[in-house]
Order: sequence, then C-alpha cells, then structure tokens
Amino acid sequence: MVASAAVRLFGMWASPAVRRVEWALKLKGIEYEYIEEDLSNKSSSLLEFNPINKQVPVLVHNCNPIVESLVILEYIDETWKENPILPVDPLERAKARFWATFVDVKCREESRKAFFMEGEEKEKAIENLQVQLKALDEELEGKKFFSGDHIGYTDLAVGWMAFWLGVAEEAAGFKANYDVKFPNFSRWMKDFLAEPVIKDNLPPREKTVEFFRAFKQLGSCTKVNQK
Amino acid sequence: MASEKGVMLLDFWVSPFGQRARIALAEKGVEYEYKEENLRDKSELLLKSNPIHKKIPVLIHDGKPICESLIIVQYIDETWSDKAPLLPSDPYQRAQARFWADFVDKKVFECGGKLWKLKGEEQEAAKKEMIEILQILEAQLGDKKYFGGDIFGFVDVAFVPFTSWFYSYETCANFSVEEVAPKIVQWAKRCMERESVEKTLPDPKRVYEFVCYLKKRFGIE
Repeated sequence: MVASAAVRLFGMWASPAVRRVEWALKLKGIEYEYIEEDLSNKSSSLLEFNPINKQVPVLVHNCNPIVESLVILEYIDETWKENPILPVDPLERAKARFWATFVDVKCREESRKAFFMEGEEKEKAIENLQVQLKALDEELEGKKFFSGDHIGYTDLAVGWMAFWLGVAEEAAGFKANYDVKFPNFSRWMKDFLAEPVIKDNLPPREKTVEFFRAFKQLGSCTKVNQK
Repeated sequence: MASEKGVMLLDFWVSPFGQRARIALAEKGVEYEYKEENLRDKSELLLKSNPIHKKIPVLIHDGKPICESLIIVQYIDETWSDKAPLLPSDPYQRAQARFWADFVDKKVFECGGKLWKLKGEEQEAAKKEMIEILQILEAQLGDKKYFGGDIFGFVDVAFVPFTSWFYSYETCANFSVEEVAPKIVQWAKRCMERESVEKTLPDPKRVYEFVCYLKKRFGIE
C-alpha cells in the first residue's frame, strides 16, 4: 500500500473518465486522496495542475500531475507493477490501445450525438453506434473480458459503456438495443459491472440519470468538462 | 491476409500520420516495404487490415496489422527497443510525452484543415486557434533541442510531419509561423537535419499543391 498523501485524484462523481482511473487505482490496491471538483467553479489546484484542458481527472503523484484518463492508466500501470492491466506483448498492447482509442473517440462521439440530438441526426447516431457495438461484440467472441479471463486496460477503457450508456439512454430517451442485437457485449456489460472493484465504485444510478437529464436540458452542444 | 515475414506500411505520400510511422521506422533502421494507397480506390489489403476505420497508415508486421499512427509508433518503439528509444524510461516523462502527442493529435490537424477549408470570420477564428496551439507547443518546447530533450522522441515524431504543412497554413490564412512561434521553426530545422525526417517529409510547396488540388475538388475557392 502506498501512503495516501503521495497520490491524489481530482474528480467529479458522475464522470466516467474519473471512475476509470479509480478502478485502476483500486485494482492495484493504491491508496489515494480523492478531491471532488465543482466543474462550474473549478479549484485553483485543478487549474494549476491541468492548465491546458482544465478538466478532470487529474492524478497527482508526488506533486506531479498526470492528465487524460488513458494516459493516467498507462502511468499507473508503469509505476505500480502489481496486477498489470496492460499486456506485455507489443502487438497485444497495440490492440488494447486501439480499442481504447476507438471507444474514447468514435463511440463517445456517436453516443454524444445520440444523447444531445433529436430526429434524423439522433437516428443516424444510434445507427452508427450500433455498427460500433457490433465491432466490440465481435471482438468479445470467445472471451469473458476484452483483456481475457480478467479485466484489464481495454475493459477499463470500454467500461464507461457498461454503465453510462444505459444512463444516457434513459436520460435522453433512446435505445441502442445491445441486449437484443449484441449478446457478447451485453454479457460483458453484466460481467464487468459484477466485478467487485467496479461494482463498489459506481455512482448511484438514479442520481446519475437525473444529472444527465439536467445536463441535456442545459443545451444541445455543450461539451462535457471531463476526459 | 498472408502471414508473410517482414514489415509493410500501407500509406499515402502526403499523410502526416503515415509520415510518423515512416520516421519511426527510419530512426530504428527497420527495413520495410512501402505501399502507396489510392485513397479513392482503397486496396483489398487495406480494407482487410483496417476494417473498422479503413484508413492509412497501417503497419503490417509478419502478417499482423497495427492501426492508428501513434499506436503504430509506440508499437515500433516497443518492438525494436534496442535502438533509438522514442519514449523516455521514466513513467512520469512518458506520461508527459503521451499527453503532448495526444495534444498534437487532437488539435493540429483539425485546426489546420479549417485554415484551408474556411473563409472570412471562420478562417480568422481558426487562425487565432492555430496561433494559440503553436504558442502552447512552443512554450512546452522551451529552449530544449527537441520536445524529448536531447533525444528526438515521441512528441517530435508526432508533430514534425505537420511542419511541411506550415507553408500551406501560412499561405491560406495569411500569417507567419516564424513570427508567432520562432522556436518551433528552429526546432523544425533541427529535425530536418535528421536523415529520417529529411527523407520522409515532402517539400512544403508540393503539400501546398496538394491542398490546392483538394480545394478544387471540394469546390472551395
């Protein structure tokens, strides 16, 4: 166990990117101090540690800030070597990074559009999201988790979809229908959420749905202040 | 896809993303077969190797494809790790390098595209944005020889291909990179002294010709 003062995490309770970092820290058994940020009134510490993007999560280790959740995950894996989350083989690492980038850039974009938009644009986004879910479903063929028998980097990266996709659907009134169309992915979502480290580190569902409902009402194209 | 031994790169001559892979391979002294793709008529091999994005670059190593330029560069660094390390060994320095490469990835290409695609007020706004991006990168470079310090590294590889687009950005949007970010221009010159960069980057005038061709094709005056 590491002394808690050495590791600090700036976050926001509803943020999937922040939870992603917490899951990694918990998987490794790293003790840390959590600081909740009010994103409408960011602390001077947050702005000092992340002047470029001004976003959460920010991991501060021995006073050094690391930002961008996927960068933080790799930092955590390289600094605390127990329970590795990335594979050793360069090709497997490349595949893991590929899927992480895919969900973070492509799936997030279509989910965002499905969430904020209406009418034809919403329908198109849902269609695109389903094409993406199909790819993820195929990747899971014959595997319990993306990373194999145990959760790893790819599962942590895709993990937001296991919880927040359902939240977004409920808050914005759409259905991506993964339970019907994508059995591997649907099964993975349940298995992932049942993992102890994940189950015990999720925001309360009702409160999160309410939060995103209010967020949608705020405006159509506001970007979420989190990465 | 044939499980042939060796390294192949599916690419397009002017792509800064493909150039990242070429520079990394050259730095490591890796021999490879270069295959120029016609992006308006993509090969079977490209579509099979990158079915999700259908984009170049794709590195194919012993029959296995690796996609996404920064992922390819990290793969090259980890596979041919005995020579010219592109990422530092310290985890915090590596995190910094990944952050800045990601910053270049998210900001430079898209903003650059706006400079030649847009006109009037929108172009002005894009120009202001590009100047800000260049100045942020310049502040990060500081007085170092390279973004990687004394070592030509991951962030240098990520950013240097865009330097052959500076002339196009300047001409389309009427500004001077040297005026707004002189250290970046000096850094670009130092990078061009490296054989890997000098042999890979196209002449900025050729890039500008390509931009003009794209403008015609998309009906942008």
